[in-house]
Amino acid sequence: MSGYLELAGVGKTFGNVIALRDVSLDVPLGSVTCVLGDNGAGKSTLIKILSGVYQPDEGAYRIDGTEVRLSSPREAMDRGIATVFQDLAPQPLMPIWRAFFLGNEIARAGGRLDIRRQKQEVTAQLASMGINVRDVDQLVGTLSGGERQAVAIARAIYFGARILILDEPTSALGVKQAGVVLRYITAAKRSGVGVVFITHNPHHAYLVGDTFSLLNRGRLIASYERDSLVLDDLVREMAGGAELETLTHELRGMDDVRGMDE
Amino acid sequence: MSTVTAGPADDRLIRRSVTRRLLSRPEFGALLGTIIVWIVFAFYAGSVFIGLDGVRNYTAVAADIGILAVSVSLLMIAGEFDLSIGSVIAATGMLTALVAIQMQQNVWLAIAVSGVFAMLVGLFNGWLVVRTGLPSFIVTLGMMFALAGLTIGVTRLVTDRTQLGGLEDVPGFDSAHAVFGSQIFGFNVTVVWWVIFVLGGTYALTRLRFGNWVYGTGGNLDGARNLGVPVNRVRITLFVFTAMSAWFVAVTQLVTFKGTDVLRGTGKEFEAIIAAVIGGCLLTGGYGSVIGAALGALLFGIVKQGIIFAQIDSDWYKFFLGVMLVVAVLINNWFRRRLLGERK
Ligand SMILES: Nc1ncnc2c1ncn2[C@@H]1O[C@H](COP(=O)(O)OP(=O)(O)OP(=O)(O)O)[C@@H](O)[C@H]1O
Ligand SMILES: [Mg+2]
Repeated sequence: MSGYLELAGVGKTFGNVIALRDVSLDVPLGSVTCVLGDNGAGKSTLIKILSGVYQPDEGAYRIDGTEVRLSSPREAMDRGIATVFQDLAPQPLMPIWRAFFLGNEIARAGGRLDIRRQKQEVTAQLASMGINVRDVDQLVGTLSGGERQAVAIARAIYFGARILILDEPTSALGVKQAGVVLRYITAAKRSGVGVVFITHNPHHAYLVGDTFSLLNRGRLIASYERDSLVLDDLVREMAGGAELETLTHELRGMDDVRGMDE
Repeated sequence: MSTVTAGPADDRLIRRSVTRRLLSRPEFGALLGTIIVWIVFAFYAGSVFIGLDGVRNYTAVAADIGILAVSVSLLMIAGEFDLSIGSVIAATGMLTALVAIQMQQNVWLAIAVSGVFAMLVGLFNGWLVVRTGLPSFIVTLGMMFALAGLTIGVTRLVTDRTQLGGLEDVPGFDSAHAVFGSQIFGFNVTVVWWVIFVLGGTYALTRLRFGNWVYGTGGNLDGARNLGVPVNRVRITLFVFTAMSAWFVAVTQLVTFKGTDVLRGTGKEFEAIIAAVIGGCLLTGGYGSVIGAALGALLFGIVKQGIIFAQIDSDWYKFFLGVMLVVAVLINNWFRRRLLGERK
């Protein structure tokens, strides 16, 4: 089955840094595609290509079978691809009801905001996803990390996203809050959305993922289907398999190493 | 505890009390400051200050700064500065005078010419900021000096002087004076204009989609751009607006004093920025209010005139101003921290 989003042999370089090379990825609707990788593996670069921030230097990007060249996140959004960025410092000093609609305001003639409807719609959308913010006048900056991710996911779904890209949505969160976000990821998948879930936490990925792609130093080193994988494998693969064993030995042998230096 | 999983009836939803809501407004600091300063001067400056004449007096002073502070605060909320407006006042005032007095053209035509000039300055400022990505602080600081020098240079070259008078003899003066320089019930007509500017600015900021974009642009430029907000158009529009309001103030002054000089307006950019900051605008953008900036301007007027009424040496004005600025910002910061710290 070929995905709704499809990358084929994509590469990206920044000056002399090769951030990605020959990466192929399929993102079907109604499933969670996890992209795992260490710091600097190229995860954020990958999703910035998917979301139109960067254009790939090589390879093809297809949406629903047609090759595209997205020139802006806005264009991606218009095609149903919504992204919650990692470095998203959203609008800390904006009330939720404003931030939710930023760039997509409900306006009457003359650009007049329909404030009442915006508030109603936010409240309804958040409630329908079981998100309970106390007051849509609350400033975004005062939401907890988990609430913020939840609102961002609700927003993407409200604006009809078919593909939802999340860059490390759980990395800054405590266990409980991460659990909440994982639940929304599953809820989004159930409603038919294709989720791209970027993380370096194999435990989180394993809980919700359908397929797993491992990035290492800009290359896709492995892809797994859920059934063919157990968590331990994922954890090991993430840590670089053999590298982890070497590291274990190294750490255990630290004293010896030091002894030899002298 | 995760808050997003809470049951249907959220027991932590406390109705925010009226005072709490008031305290969390950006303009609260300025309101408090205005009241306190008014009381202090009411005590020292005597009955004239308290009465209607006093009101007429300090609102006239506040109106000039207030008109500028409307656009300056909007620009600040969008995350940018315009240090060139003082020089735009000098330049457009002088340009209007040159066309009207030196070239003996109708006053309205002269006003239109300088209006176009102001618009071009604003467009250029905005375009340069958007294009180069340089801080607007630098771009408009350059414009401030360049335009000031240009004004003096050209005026000297053309007239051999640094000031021009005699606007009252030029055709169109009477009607222009009625619109920009007259009095209504003893109040300067500029006060009326100020109110119109404030209402318009507040409406645009809080009720229009454009206002949402202004907040978004200042709150997170890249984030807003990624969401499809036309951040460049927003910023250029606001730079045009600041330059045009400087032109507006220049015209009111020119018509009121029937002439102008090459230094008119110097320092006004700082007064307007101070008014906006006192009024709760964040220097980093994304937060603030036009009403707050108006209160900041009013505070200005009260202090400036109060000092005179109280017969304090006006040398002290700048001292008070500096203290006021820092105190107001401290108060605002304190409230803002409470605002962002509170999870209510
Ligand atoms: N704009 C850029 N200019 C130059 N180099 C870049 C740029 N963006 C990313 N890189 C480099 O590309 C590589 C991949 O970066 P990327 O941000 O995609 O990593 P990541 O997997 O998201 O890491 P993390 O887990 O820390 O978020 C890094 O070596 C990074 O330094
Ligand atoms: Mg990243």
